[in-house]
Amino acid sequence: MAATDIAAAERVERLERLWAEPHGLWTFLTTVDHKKIGKRYLVTAFAFFVLAGAEALTMRTQLAQPGERLVGPKEFNQLFSMHGITMIFLFVTPMLSGFGNYFVPLMIGARDMAFPRMNALSYWIFLGAGFFMYSSFLFQLAPNDGWFNYVPLSDSVFTPERNIDFYNLGLLFLTISTTAGAVNFIVTILRMRAPGMSINRMPLFCWALLATSLSVIFALPALSAANIMLELQRKFGFHFFDVKKGGDPLLWQHLFWIFGHPDVYIIFLPAIGIVSTIIPTFSRRPVVAYTWVALATMSTGFIGFGVWVHHMFATGLPQVTMIFYSAASMLITIPSGVQVFAWTATVLTGRPVLRTPMLYVLGFIVVFVVGGVTGVMFAAIPFDQQVTDSYFVVAHFHYVLFGGAVFPIFAAIHYWFPKITGRMMSERLGVVGFWIFFVGFNLTFFPMHISGLLGMPRRVWTYEHGLGWDVYNLLSTIGAFTLALGILLVVVNVLLSLSGGPLAGPDPWGANTLEWATTSPPPDYNFPVVPTVRSANPNWDPADRLEDERRLREGSYVLDDGHETPATTVLDADVDRVLAMPSESPWPFALALALTIFFTLFLVAHFVFAAISSVLIFAALLGWHATEPQQS
Amino acid sequence: MVLAGCGSSQSTLAPHSGPAHDIDTLWWVMLVGSTIVFGVVTTLVLVGALRRRGERPPVQTDTPLARRLVLWGGALVPLVVLVALFAFVLRTLPSTSSAQASKGRLTIRVIGHQWFWEIRYPGAGVVTANELHIPIGVPVRIEARTADVIHSFWVPALNRKIDMIPGKDNEILLETDRAGTYRGQCAEFCGLEHALMAFFVVAQPPDRFRAWLTHEQLAASGGPKQGREVFMSSGCGGCHTIRGTGAIGRYAPDLTHVGSRSTLAAGTIPNTRAELRRWIRDPQHVKPGNKMPALGLTDEQIDALIDYLESLK
Repeated sequence: MAATDIAAAERVERLERLWAEPHGLWTFLTTVDHKKIGKRYLVTAFAFFVLAGAEALTMRTQLAQPGERLVGPKEFNQLFSMHGITMIFLFVTPMLSGFGNYFVPLMIGARDMAFPRMNALSYWIFLGAGFFMYSSFLFQLAPNDGWFNYVPLSDSVFTPERNIDFYNLGLLFLTISTTAGAVNFIVTILRMRAPGMSINRMPLFCWALLATSLSVIFALPALSAANIMLELQRKFGFHFFDVKKGGDPLLWQHLFWIFGHPDVYIIFLPAIGIVSTIIPTFSRRPVVAYTWVALATMSTGFIGFGVWVHHMFATGLPQVTMIFYSAASMLITIPSGVQVFAWTATVLTGRPVLRTPMLYVLGFIVVFVVGGVTGVMFAAIPFDQQVTDSYFVVAHFHYVLFGGAVFPIFAAIHYWFPKITGRMMSERLGVVGFWIFFVGFNLTFFPMHISGLLGMPRRVWTYEHGLGWDVYNLLSTIGAFTLALGILLVVVNVLLSLSGGPLAGPDPWGANTLEWATTSPPPDYNFPVVPTVRSANPNWDPADRLEDERRLREGSYVLDDGHETPATTVLDADVDRVLAMPSESPWPFALALALTIFFTLFLVAHFVFAAISSVLIFAALLGWHATEPQQS
Repeated sequence: MVLAGCGSSQSTLAPHSGPAHDIDTLWWVMLVGSTIVFGVVTTLVLVGALRRRGERPPVQTDTPLARRLVLWGGALVPLVVLVALFAFVLRTLPSTSSAQASKGRLTIRVIGHQWFWEIRYPGAGVVTANELHIPIGVPVRIEARTADVIHSFWVPALNRKIDMIPGKDNEILLETDRAGTYRGQCAEFCGLEHALMAFFVVAQPPDRFRAWLTHEQLAASGGPKQGREVFMSSGCGGCHTIRGTGAIGRYAPDLTHVGSRSTLAAGTIPNTRAELRRWIRDPQHVKPGNKMPALGLTDEQIDALIDYLESLK
């Protein structure tokens, strides 16, 4: 063995020592490794997905035929409210955060997120807020006024119990997590890319998370403001939404949808980032029109802030207002159109390999186009006013959100499973699962277009025989159970493959992004040497990968003197400093715990104790900042 | 697809008025356009995915053809289509707009309650519930109001929906040339019994409408004495009104002519003796969560009460 090889082995060993975290409960609570946190996000979010699915199956059983009495309206209203809240806030967004956490640093050649402890905090708060909201079921007081929770129904006159306090406080609590996560993604993506990964070489998944995170920063304050106002009205007699005292119920709707529509893109953009990642891999070529796709992603996030009023076309707003928002709502389909055709052109000019992740992605394109064209229909004001709040809109947004986000999430599960676990999933089971999933999805949600056109309103716990809705509801129910079977097969596949799958090796798909340049699963320090990047497809540049090996032997860019990763400039990704990264810390967990205690006391209206408990929050923050690492 | 015709369908695809017809046309036009878009994209994806390519390596650069596909397919063609659609929407907009309501020659005020519809004919002093009579051929201005939370007034066969929001004076026009009964239902989630909050629009020739309205103006007189006493002594009048009696409650449907209505409990059950008995005996079973309590009446009392209520034609 040459001397340089021995030196390289020593360097790797030093990195192992520097980045290793001991096993055990203490490490479980204190880890800041983005990969462990990412996996936790994925597992926790998936658990919430299973809960939301159980809620959906209960509702579909109730609606299988007219006049069914499996559950009553009290239960049903909690079920549909929590189904929406769970899918949007506790499943899709955290699930995509999970993939982001795990893969953004790997894709950009970094050793962790920019703020590893804040990353841990985001997870613990997500977990705390999830438990907080789900604990409401123990008291049969789950939020029951829908995920958009319109006033005055949700004020203390019409919903006097604590259902809505769980909603307001739970979302406020969760928002801390989402916002911290977004800040972390923005800084990580802009400042921690490997040297040479200039912004025009950045993976499209990172573009998508950048657009999403910027949207989060600007959209969530509107939701938090609404939550705070409503909580003040419910608990302290304020009148923000109370007409009799000069308030306005439409204020809630504006605030909610100023958040709510961008949130559609917050859900959907990371998912199409996944699509833009998987399509080139399985088409064996770079994505067509990379620059346009990146720009389309950013502009979707931006225009997404100018369309919220189309959720309120039936509220009696002035026509001029509606026309403006109708035009904006039509305009936002252009960037999506560009992306759909960029993917299509990539498939057409490539040589597609139809493995399971690609099947989910192609399935995504097909169902997303259906959701897209019905989305355009909702920009057509009179048609919107006719079918909004009917099952047609339920069909539409499931095509956009389940089709647009859950399909890509399932593609991502199959695509990145080998990287996360080091093992392949069963392809045969994967393909069978996909087809059941695809058929089940369409059987569930396509008939809802028709029941909506036939006049069936959404959010009804029962309906009357003889309106022509029966057969479509029965089909939807059969579809829901088919879809559940497909999901079950995927879960079985994951569980079987965890220990029994064949070994994957570093790059089983022949992919173009950097996460595949390291071992599966990646070591604690991600890369033994900071990767060399000279194109938008760094893992398809064999010379650069050889360059990495040479650098390891030479000891340049190994950064084995400390717990370190390089920071680079925003546009050109030139190295401008080396960051000392923090190690395990108990404070994120402690802070999340203190916040959970605070919100719980606030929920039960022990305001004095809540105020006292805020001392714990400040104590945790003090402890955290007392151990700030030295910058080198 | 079942295109249920008239009767009491709630379908958006069975329009019985100008505005509903315009919306229906808009839908079919958009469906055709959407089907074409879907067909093109799906075909391209399938061709791309399934075409046999031999061993030729994939193209690594963006060919001009590929870029043109993205530019034309993704941006320029959609832009043209959207501009055309936008123009079509602007053309359809006037007939369905709220401003049309000012054309109304008859004003009816509909007030959403948890969970029924109060219907008032201000000129005539008539108050009824869950059954909205209108004359055909006459533009009717509906003032959509709420007594509590947000509801949404929606009769798909006659027009688009309009929300009933506290503090907002929303209006909509109803006009049809065809006599018939059209079903409507609350379209904005309004709490426990949002699902069981339907109503019917009964469109009648003007003379029959006038006759109906004149009859509705009459106060209740007499009726079976025993049943009336049950009604008055059981506290029903605390919530319900029967004009001409001591019952002047404002929280529940006006019952002055309840015997002439075809359904009960906001379209939940047909107005028959059997169903009315079931309703009075256990309203919470028929419509869980509604605000009417079970009164614990004896069978004789209930029979008498039914005799009385059914006499209120």
